Amino acid sequence: MKQILIKNARVIDPKNNLDKKIDLYIAKKKIAGIGNAPENFNPQQTIDAENLWLIPGVVDLCARLREPGLEQKADIETETRAAASAGITTLCIPPDTDPVIDEPAVVELILRKAKLAKQSHVFTLGALTAKLKGEHLSEMASLKEAGCLGVSNARNAVSNPLILRRAFEYASTHNITVFIEPHDKYLSTQGCAHEGAIASRLGLNAIPYAAETAPIAQILELIRDTDIRVHFGRLSCARSIELISDAKNNGLKVSADVAAHQLHLTDMDISSFNSQYHVIPPLRSQRDMQALRTGIANGIINSICSDHQPHEIDAKLAPFPATEPGISSIETLLPLTLKLVDDGDLDLSTAIASITCNPAKTLGLNSGHLSIGQAANLCLIDPEKEWIFSNNEILSHGKNTPFSGWHFRGQVVKTLLEGRSIFSAK
Amino acid sequence: MVNKPTRRTDDIIGKDLWNIQLDDNGQLKHFLTIEGLGTNILNQILDTAESFAGVNESVKKVPLLRGKTIVNLFFEASTRTRTTFELAAKRLSADVLNMNISVSATSKGETLLDTLRNLEAMQTDMFVVRHADSGTAHFIANHVAPHIRVLNAGDGRHAHPTQAMLDMFTIRRNKGANFGKLRVAIVGDILHSRVARSQIHALNTLNTGEVRIVGPKTLIPKDVESMGVNVFHNLEDGIQDADVVIMLRLQRERMQGALLPSEQEYFQLYGLTEARFALAKPDAIVMHPGPINRGVEIESSVADGERSVILDQVTYGIAVRMAVMSMTLGGNVGGNVGGHMNSENQEKKQ
Repeated sequence: MKQILIKNARVIDPKNNLDKKIDLYIAKKKIAGIGNAPENFNPQQTIDAENLWLIPGVVDLCARLREPGLEQKADIETETRAAASAGITTLCIPPDTDPVIDEPAVVELILRKAKLAKQSHVFTLGALTAKLKGEHLSEMASLKEAGCLGVSNARNAVSNPLILRRAFEYASTHNITVFIEPHDKYLSTQGCAHEGAIASRLGLNAIPYAAETAPIAQILELIRDTDIRVHFGRLSCARSIELISDAKNNGLKVSADVAAHQLHLTDMDISSFNSQYHVIPPLRSQRDMQALRTGIANGIINSICSDHQPHEIDAKLAPFPATEPGISSIETLLPLTLKLVDDGDLDLSTAIASITCNPAKTLGLNSGHLSIGQAANLCLIDPEKEWIFSNNEILSHGKNTPFSGWHFRGQVVKTLLEGRSIFSAK
Repeated sequence: MVNKPTRRTDDIIGKDLWNIQLDDNGQLKHFLTIEGLGTNILNQILDTAESFAGVNESVKKVPLLRGKTIVNLFFEASTRTRTTFELAAKRLSADVLNMNISVSATSKGETLLDTLRNLEAMQTDMFVVRHADSGTAHFIANHVAPHIRVLNAGDGRHAHPTQAMLDMFTIRRNKGANFGKLRVAIVGDILHSRVARSQIHALNTLNTGEVRIVGPKTLIPKDVESMGVNVFHNLEDGIQDADVVIMLRLQRERMQGALLPSEQEYFQLYGLTEARFALAKPDAIVMHPGPINRGVEIESSVADGERSVILDQVTYGIAVRMAVMSMTLGGNVGGNVGGHMNSENQEKKQ
């Protein structure tokens, strides 16, 4: 097997509190040494990473690849290639594919396609309820057996609290983490914008804070005195962070993530009806955005994800409320996260942890860190490279992004998956 | 690390909300929303409408838009608004094409853009658009060929700027041009009303002394004070000493959405009766964008009373729409053409 030496990189691994210029040795697809060469090490390839950062491969907690079911938007091959170009070596897709991931055959289909694509590792969540309808429990144990890292009802809220409670109990029985995108369909009133001055002015159906916070409060009460693990994903409200902070203080096993775009955009951005800013949950106020940033800094929110939702062009070419929500964001996860460091809101270690070891831990994966014996999933970054993001140049099949034209600093140079290069910058 | 500001560039969909209405010379190009238009533009619309109001009484037609084709593109049912746009276009000698799209194209899977491309190919010059989605007029203005003008005839809850301008015209005719001394109360379902939003922007742009909105909390949008209004939940307080009272139409659907208990209770609390109207200034006028729900938002004796200007609003609607059509489609015409028209009319009268 090929042996690789990466020398002179600044190696940053938050989990192991490592941040220094040191050599890293890869053998048999794994990290074989850090600082000290393993015995009989004779590299076929040496990468001089002078002035570069070496971080664990990025782990994306939530990315929709659109396959199976919506291949006009994107597919596993195109999107894992895009992920690799953005330093992502592991990603997890929610169960709202078509067909829904509520039986092992769908999991097998996705994993087989991903394996054929030979890009980033793909994992799935399984459905919490059959067909995501919120009426019957899914076969969670079988789904776990098939490889699902957890269960979720995605954006389809379970409106019956008794079914929700039993789903939690059943998941807990099998030691399965439940992933929740908190959202009440009645309170959301099929809205498309944050309830506030902007939506009032534009006459858009508004989504109040309570559409997110009321379900969180309800779920936290349902899981009191249980040992179930619940992960709240894609938070948008300052109040949600308070609720989760209190729950953590009370000893509940809860964790949370936020989509990267929620840390950079606010409802002000929709004021020209630009459908590229149409996302669910909606972009909230400046105060919420700052609270989300602070929530990551103080550890209440442990992860940042892409919430990648690629679309075909037509999906965004309509009046704002009639467009499909979501951003093709897999290629902006890393640069938007690094920008939080430039903005002074996160230290570098916290920023990198939020897209590597923290999401890996939430998914129950022993990855996202650089320990000897780990698979050599790595990302090399040129930290000083300034570049302009353009939706014409991204690899994702979905070109729907409001970040086109943004200036970023720090760009992926190389992505390695189990020691194999899956992306190299030109 | 260095904190570097992030630059954002416009993309095709999101050009500036307000400026797309104006051409490089600051003249009205599309009429999508009142918001962002200056007092000068609004006064130009009112002045031009004033001259056309005279035209309507004397001669029925002027040749200003001869050879132009105007498409009434209505994705939402409407009789009154569509008719006044049609009359306005015909009095300007334009050819008019009425399209009720809700029943034809979109049900066959054709997208809004497909529909627009087809109409563009028929060498049309202006789209008058009504659609149930907020932002539709902006979307269309951002995507049509450069020579086509877009008038918003109502988009979702967002804007209905010609209605607001005919209301301003009605107020100016009755109360004079000094809006600064006026107190205007808008009563009813503000939440769902594109008319109210456009009225609020127009009144504030014309420097109205005080703009009030009145309604139960379920029908008042969040943080609406930021649009420059004072909010009242009690009708008696809200219309106290008002110079103008604008009653909005209450849709029956509001009862289903748990926004209101019943029409009866709404009338008890927010219906404009003679006794309540007496709380406004003695010379106050009452307005309504129509159609009226008698006995729901307004008592018949008030709607038909001598201080009601509701039918004037309908009449003025044609002149205001002629003004906006000629300003956007007639090139750089503005108030001068109005003056020119007047003299032409006088010649014809002689």
